[in-house]
Order: sequence, then structure tokens, then C-alpha cells
Amino acid sequence: MSLSKTRLERVWPLLPGLAALLVTTLLLLAMGTSPVDAYSAMWQGAFGTSARVYSVLAFLVPLLLAASGLLLTFKAGLWNIGIEGQIIMGAVAASWVALRVQLPSGLQIPLELLAAMAGGALWAALAGVLKTRGGVHEIFGGLALNNLAILFTNYLIAGPWQPPEGGSFRGTQPFGAHALLPLFENSRLSLLSLALAIVAFAGVALVLTNSHWGLRLKALGQNARSAFLLGVSSNREMLLAMAVCGALAGLGGGVRVLSWFDSLRQSISGGIGYLALMVVLLAGFRLVLTPLVAFFFSAVLNGSITLQLRTQLHSALGDILTGVLVLLVLLFGNYERVRRAFRRRRSQADG
Amino acid sequence: MHKRLIVLLSLAALLLAACGGAGPSGEGFTFGMILVGPQNDHGWSQAHYEGGQYVVENLPGAEMIVFDLLNPADKPEATLEGVVDEMVAQGATLIFTTSDEFEEDTTTVAAKYPDVVFVNVSGDDALTGEAPANLSNVMGRMEEMKAIAGCAAALTTQTGQLGYVGPLINHETLRLTASAYLGARHCYETYRGESGDDLQFTVSWIGFWFNIPGVTSDPTEVTTNFLDTGVDVVLSGIDTTEAINVAGQRAAAGATVWAVPYDYLGACDNAPAICLGVPFFNWGPDYLAIAEAVVEGNWSQSWLWNGPNWDDLSDLDSTSVGWLNGPGLSEEAAANLADYISKLASGEVAVWTGPINLQNGTPYIAAGAVGTDEEIWYLPQLLEGMQGPSQ
Repeated sequence: MSLSKTRLERVWPLLPGLAALLVTTLLLLAMGTSPVDAYSAMWQGAFGTSARVYSVLAFLVPLLLAASGLLLTFKAGLWNIGIEGQIIMGAVAASWVALRVQLPSGLQIPLELLAAMAGGALWAALAGVLKTRGGVHEIFGGLALNNLAILFTNYLIAGPWQPPEGGSFRGTQPFGAHALLPLFENSRLSLLSLALAIVAFAGVALVLTNSHWGLRLKALGQNARSAFLLGVSSNREMLLAMAVCGALAGLGGGVRVLSWFDSLRQSISGGIGYLALMVVLLAGFRLVLTPLVAFFFSAVLNGSITLQLRTQLHSALGDILTGVLVLLVLLFGNYERVRRAFRRRRSQADG
Repeated sequence: MHKRLIVLLSLAALLLAACGGAGPSGEGFTFGMILVGPQNDHGWSQAHYEGGQYVVENLPGAEMIVFDLLNPADKPEATLEGVVDEMVAQGATLIFTTSDEFEEDTTTVAAKYPDVVFVNVSGDDALTGEAPANLSNVMGRMEEMKAIAGCAAALTTQTGQLGYVGPLINHETLRLTASAYLGARHCYETYRGESGDDLQFTVSWIGFWFNIPGVTSDPTEVTTNFLDTGVDVVLSGIDTTEAINVAGQRAAAGATVWAVPYDYLGACDNAPAICLGVPFFNWGPDYLAIAEAVVEGNWSQSWLWNGPNWDDLSDLDSTSVGWLNGPGLSEEAAANLADYISKLASGEVAVWTGPINLQNGTPYIAAGAVGTDEEIWYLPQLLEGMQGPSQ
């Protein structure tokens, strides 16, 4: 009896994934498409050629950076939904250096990346200060700051940073070649940025598993009040967690303008921050799972481009798959919780 | 009315296809259609999508690959280059990139695939010489249709206040908005005997071609705001149908308001009773000509700015742009509008006849002169008398 229980417990986390696959498959069948064709198109789109793989990796970089940052803020019990704005402000800060500073690449690019981190960190710290000083919950402060970041980008594109020929709302003038990250084999992938994302994730992993700061964040996340009584300065730790997360997100924004695009565009992030939140939720805040899930998301989204082109199905299918997956995992992914809820229902029914 | 027309025309097309067989075969020909918005937006993107369908219908065997919603807000993971890569891999030899947003990226990607023909809609790289040899531009000469739209609005308004829901500010949107104003002013003076200076024409730019929540201003709110402040006819310059939708709801609630949608032949269907008409793009014939040239191997680079078939503004087999009266247009207004259209057709009246001053008062087109294509295409500002930002 108890043996079968543990076996059930062991396979349980896979079930929501299978259920999501089932839902998507049924959806495909309802649309009159062969699921095999659809999934194979998706696979081809993500891994079919080396160019596709580079694209998956290129999109992964900002996603992984943001998700790594979120591991810190979640550990501290913060819902840093303002991460979207932090990515954007990183992009803005990097663009500012790219447009206004002329240095050799070897200095220019590090300066741009540092600016990106500073931009994201400042924007995150602002949300943090709103919380610690102003009592504004980080979700509301973050959402407001996200909108401000978008408005600020729009203002820059339409105003002071408008290209000389004027007239367009697409984005700024393309940056000079010396200001852009070197790209790998005609792709949008910068190996440097990939390396930075991996280092950033490793750093976060180290902090969370092996550092005193990680312990303090954990204490803060689990019970802010008792952490305070134990001598953890909750405000300082919170602000620091926010700022580091913002720095990583900002770096992701910098990568977006310096390699994925070549200029500051409107919707420069386009929701990568929200996607990163979904990644971390789906990974259940677990370190090892986070980069895997981020990679999975990037592969599914890239694959769904090819899926749409091959099958001419609605383009949101990739979003639907990931969305359903996150929803199912959040609802049913935790075996213990599901079992408790089930028991409660049954005891109510019995009683 | 126009639905019957479409049925008739498609029947005629079918007959022609069945008897003729003279046109080239599209067997084995694949082309790509890249849209910035959804393919069913009842606006800009749908008009292109249906232009592509027209090619498929008239070039037997041709296959179309569509990719819609290519913009960084909807699909941050997609790039024009990635989409083109896949289309070329699937055998596309002609690719339409149907937005101003794609202009730069199309130029880049066209250099990557010199054997594939690219057509960027609304751009000017083939005109300025920036485009590689395999890239053309095409645009519909919408200016006069916009003037007709403005005229219909001016013939109908009771408050003398027109509101224009604009997308973003560039040369294209400035000249189209200004054309609507010129038509409105002309008709307000000529047919209603009022002073053009009493006509209030306000432009509100939402910031993009369509609504992106949190990024652009919401066109629903912009329209609502217009109607709340005395405007009784809203004209749309954006890709989607919010203006007519809101006006339709207001009218259903008893308000006396009208709308002029844009881009898509069927856009009046969203609220027929208050629709004065629609200036629309009809990409089919131009796209078909381009596709046939590619199939036959005699395509060459061009910058096309094709106008209407003045004999029949709704002949879907010949006109590149058109105007269709809406059910909301009164009989009297329709008669005056027909007069205006016939004078435009005969050349007796030109929309861009001077004196025309820019919004800041700078003379732009001298009295008696008519604006050249270049002057119209590159209009730098709104015009004197129009309200709303020029940059």
C-alpha cells in the first residue's frame, strides 16, 4: 500500500505535463490537424537546423537571466512582477550607451552591459523602495513601473532618439557595429551573452544553496517577521534581492537590443518577464528545473513559428501549450496538496 | 449590395478561369504572406490576406504560406528573418512583407536570399535605391479614397466636428490623414456652403498600427473620448475596427454618430447602419500581377503606387484602392459624394490643390498648383487647420 503510494508520488509531477499534452493534442484533433505532424513541425522548428537551435538559444538568454533573478526574489518571498519593466529599462540603458558613447568594442560592450544591469537594478530598487518605504505591494508597484518603462521607451523612440529620417515608430537608428554583441554564424545568438546567462544562473544557484545571504533570503521568504526578530534586516535584504534580480533582468534587456535586435524597439521585451515568471512557477522554484523549463519554453515558442508556417494553424498554439501546462502544474503539480484537498472533499462528503 | 457584387465578380472570375485557361499555371509555385496583425482583423492585415487568396484563386495550383501577428509584442520570439528562413525552406519564391514595420528587416533579408523576390508594402527602398535588386515596393494610392472618406464625413456631420483615430506618425499616415482633411474641407465648403475654417478636424494618434494593451493608447477610449467631446463622425486610420465598433454601440444607445472605417472592403459590416462608407485596399490584382511575373520569369524591380479604377471604384479585379458607400450615408450626401467622385475622376478637382500650408503655417503648395507625387508621399507635417500633433 505504502509502496504504491510512493510510486504514485514519484510519477505525479509528470502527470500535469502529460495532461497538458493531452489537452493540446485534443485541440489539434479538433482543428483537424494530425498531432504527429504538428509536434514534428514543432520539433523541426526548434531543432531542425543549426540555425533553429541558435535561435532557441538566443531567445533563451534573456529568459534564463530573468528567471535566475526571479529565483532570488521568490526566495525572499517577493512577487517581482515588475521584472518586465526591469528588462525594458536594461534595454533602454544599454541603448543609451550604444547611441551616445563611442569607444572601441572592447570597452563599449562591457560598458553597455554594465549600464543594462544598472538600469534594471535601479528600476527594481524603485519597486523595492515603494514597498519598504511606501507600503506599496511589489505586484502593484511593479505593474505600474512596467507601464512607465513602456511609455518611456515609446517616448524615446518617438522623441529624442527618433532616427534622423524621422517619422517611424519602429525603433531607434541601428547601433554601430562596434556597439553590437558579436553574433554566432549569422544567427541572433551571442555566445558571450549565453555564457553570461549561464554564469548568472550558476551564481544564483551558489548564493541560494551555499551562502549566508541565501539563508537570510530564505528566512525572509518564509517569515518576514521572525526573520526580523532574528536580526535579518528585512528591508535591506529585500532591496538587495530586488536589485540583483533587476540587474540580471536588465542584462537580459541589454542582450535583446544588442544582439536579438540592433536597436531599441517598442515592445523590446514583449512579455519575456512574464514568461520568466511562468518558467519559475512551472519549475516550482527549483534550481535545477529552472534552466530546463526556460529552455523548454524557448523551444516550444520557436517551434510554434514553424508549426504555424507548416500547418497554418492558429499561431497561439505554443502559448496555449505552455499556458495550460503552467496552469495544470500549479493546480495539481503538488501531490501532497492535491491529496489533502481530495481527502477534505471526501471527508465532507462522508460527513 | 456589395456582397452581391462580390458574388457576381467571383462568378465572373470563375467563368473566366474555366473558359480562358490563358493565364499561367501556378503549379508548384509557393509564396509567403507575412502580416503584422491578425489575418482576420477586418482591416489592414485581412485585406492583404485576401489579396493573397485572390492570387491562389487566380493562379491555379499556387500555394500561400501565411504568418500573421509578426510583431514583438505578440511574438517576442519571432523575427522576420526566422519566418522568411522557414518560408524559403518550404519553397517560397515570392514573399510579401506587408507592413511599414518590416521595411528595414526586409531589405536585410532580401540580400540574404537574392533568388527570392520580396515585396515590401508601403516602403520606399526601391524608390530611394537602398533596396537590393530582388526587392520591390508596392502601395495603394489611397490619398483620393481618404479624401472621399473625409468628404462623406463632412457631408454628414451635424456638429461640424470630425475625429480621426490615427496609428503612429510617419509620412504615410500624415499624408493620408491630411488627404482626409482636404476632402472634408472641400466638401464642407462646396456642398454645404459652410466656411472650411468652421470645420473642426482633430487627429489622435494611438502610437501603433493597432491596439497593444499597455503600450499604445486604447483606440476604444480614443473614440469614446471623441464622441464625448462633440465629434459626431469618427474616421479610422488604424489597422483595426475599434472606431466603427464604438460608434456603432453609441448609435445603438441612441446617439447620433457615424463612422468611416478603413483598409478592408467588409469593414462596414461591423456596424452597417452608421457606416458612411469605407476606403479600402484591394491588393489582389497587384499581387496577382507580381506573382504571374515571378512565375513567368519576367519580374523586375519596381516601386508601385497604384491608383483606383475611376470607372468603377469597387471593381475588385482592376482597382488597387477603392471606396464603397455605406448604408449610413444619406441619399443627399450620396449624391454630393458621387459628384465629388466624378470630379476627382475627371481631373476637374484635385485633392492636393494649393494653397496648402503646413500645420506650422509654412506654405507647402502654392495657390493653383497641384502637389507632386513626391510632395504628397513625403508630407512632413499635418496641415494648417488640422488639430493634433505632427510629431
